[in-house]
Amino acid sequence: MSAASRLGTEPNRVTRAVILGVVGGIFAIPIIAMIQFTFRDGLAGGYTVTHWTGLIGEDAARTYRILFQAIGNSVVLAIVTVAIVLLILLPTMILVHLQFPKLKRVLEFICIVPITVPAIVLVVGLAPVYAIVVRLFGSGAWTLAFAYGITVLPYAYRAIQSNLDAVPVVILSEAARSLGANWPTVLRLVLLPNLRRGVLAAAFIAVAVVLGEFTIASILNRTNLQTALLQVSQSDPYVAAIFALLALALVFGLLLLIGRLGAPRNRRTE
Amino acid sequence: MTSSIPIASVIPASAGEGATVELLGVVKSYGAHRALSSIDLAIRPGEFVALLGPSGCGKTTALRALSGLELVDGGRILIDGRDVASVPTNKRDIGMVFQSYSLFPHMTAIENVEFGLRMRRVAAGERRDRAAEALNMVGLASFAERFAHQLSGGQQQRVALARALVTRPRVLLLDEPLSALDAKVRVQLRDEIRRIQTELGITTVFVTHDQEEALAVADRVAVMRDGVIEQIGTPEELYATPSTPFVADFVGLSNRMPAELVGGKVVAHGLSMDLLGDPLPDGPVTAWVRPEDVAIASDGVPARVVSSSFLGSLRRTQVALADGSLVSIQHDVDVRPQPGERTFLRLKGAPVIAVPRAH
Repeated sequence: MSAASRLGTEPNRVTRAVILGVVGGIFAIPIIAMIQFTFRDGLAGGYTVTHWTGLIGEDAARTYRILFQAIGNSVVLAIVTVAIVLLILLPTMILVHLQFPKLKRVLEFICIVPITVPAIVLVVGLAPVYAIVVRLFGSGAWTLAFAYGITVLPYAYRAIQSNLDAVPVVILSEAARSLGANWPTVLRLVLLPNLRRGVLAAAFIAVAVVLGEFTIASILNRTNLQTALLQVSQSDPYVAAIFALLALALVFGLLLLIGRLGAPRNRRTE
Repeated sequence: MTSSIPIASVIPASAGEGATVELLGVVKSYGAHRALSSIDLAIRPGEFVALLGPSGCGKTTALRALSGLELVDGGRILIDGRDVASVPTNKRDIGMVFQSYSLFPHMTAIENVEFGLRMRRVAAGERRDRAAEALNMVGLASFAERFAHQLSGGQQQRVALARALVTRPRVLLLDEPLSALDAKVRVQLRDEIRRIQTELGITTVFVTHDQEEALAVADRVAVMRDGVIEQIGTPEELYATPSTPFVADFVGLSNRMPAELVGGKVVAHGLSMDLLGDPLPDGPVTAWVRPEDVAIASDGVPARVVSSSFLGSLRRTQVALADGSLVSIQHDVDVRPQPGERTFLRLKGAPVIAVPRAH
């Protein structure tokens, strides 16, 4: 029995079950409703699997071309966004943590700001910037990743920072250097293995945010999964619901994966 | 848990031939704060030197300058005659044990010990053998596959010591490695560090704020204060002939007594004692007298016993003089003064250090 439960601060089993039931219900009911909707047989009532089987039919690729293209775009966007997080944010955070600790607050402020700016406001500001981006990099959907790199900052920052705070990064890197490791080796053999959980969480949260983003893509006239879903839902709401479900399942799977891969080796071997 | 493994088999290359280490006019500032004010220190091959001082005296900065973890603003740092002041830490060929636990948490004990060998591209088989021997040396052969969180604090520091020594570094740097441990483990590991160091003959610099620790293990102790070395000498020299009041206060216990300097002699309570250090003009002085240089006697200066504590092999009694000043006396355990008891004290006349006192 933990100290917390002896003090009566930990809810008992019934309370826990009720809380789990209510919160679980809030999440589960819309999802169950969506699943049920994808099996409905039009307004006539009854159930059918034709909406699902239609997706693997021969015509499907042509009919839902925009959707498959959008999925491709979103996957590319997710990869580029994750690359931005791993190649720019992560090294910056480690550098600030080790060498410029006075800049921590500044970095935190910069990274948290995007969460306080509504997407619509962000897009208004980004529109003229994207006029230049288009000139430099063309109008490919992947360029949206620059904007997504900003929108995922607060989430990615939090995930990495909590891991950085939990690991004695400074002392570990000093120990490694005293043993003859140069900086790239310190990063590869000592820091990254201990920051794995935070880095994976940041990457997967970035993927989840990118797969769920609509406003920026819509206003900047790019096609991603969400804009395509809206477009398809106007002609075939069932297919839109099915794809939304699949996207949800993918994100859910990714989050479960964090738990698996992120568990440190020294705990898993116990 | 003290092991008696012959260490020469683990680290034969440097045995008995440690490096010379010299700090020449080393200066380091943090903004306006001067952490090191022109430090000079020469360490002989195989010597064990402790840097002792209160927090903020610059001892850790000096060690970190030596390791390369802090770059110095001026001066030279020589290891075996070669200036390493601008050489990065990973190329200085040092071994270091830190104050806080520094084992890599994602590696087992033996993988931690292998790390330095891996950096030196030692073949896997030899690496494993040498790491196992090094763990054996610190008495942890059976803990090779444990992770840091499965080891006690003392065990973690032993692994860290094995990790620092397995690469046969030229210099071993110990940054308060015992301060996080409990008293008993601290003494055990302290003695073991000294045993291993003596057998390996590795030049060692040990930072501590604990004077007992420094006096117990070091060949020489450098007492530091405000970024300068106040005095460096053997533990006996520091204790018997402190060169400044700070050293007298910091190393061992001392009573501060009002005294007079007459003809170069310190006179207190009717007894004349030799003056240590530089000569002073005659006049009132404050003298530093060790508790063991004062005795409880049947006649002499009248005093009243305030308290008396049993310290195992000896007893320390505090008495108040007529003017209210307190004096500590160290004496045999079989003399047992009771609080409130009237007694007398007598100075034994050992040489003392003194500074002029305002009238």
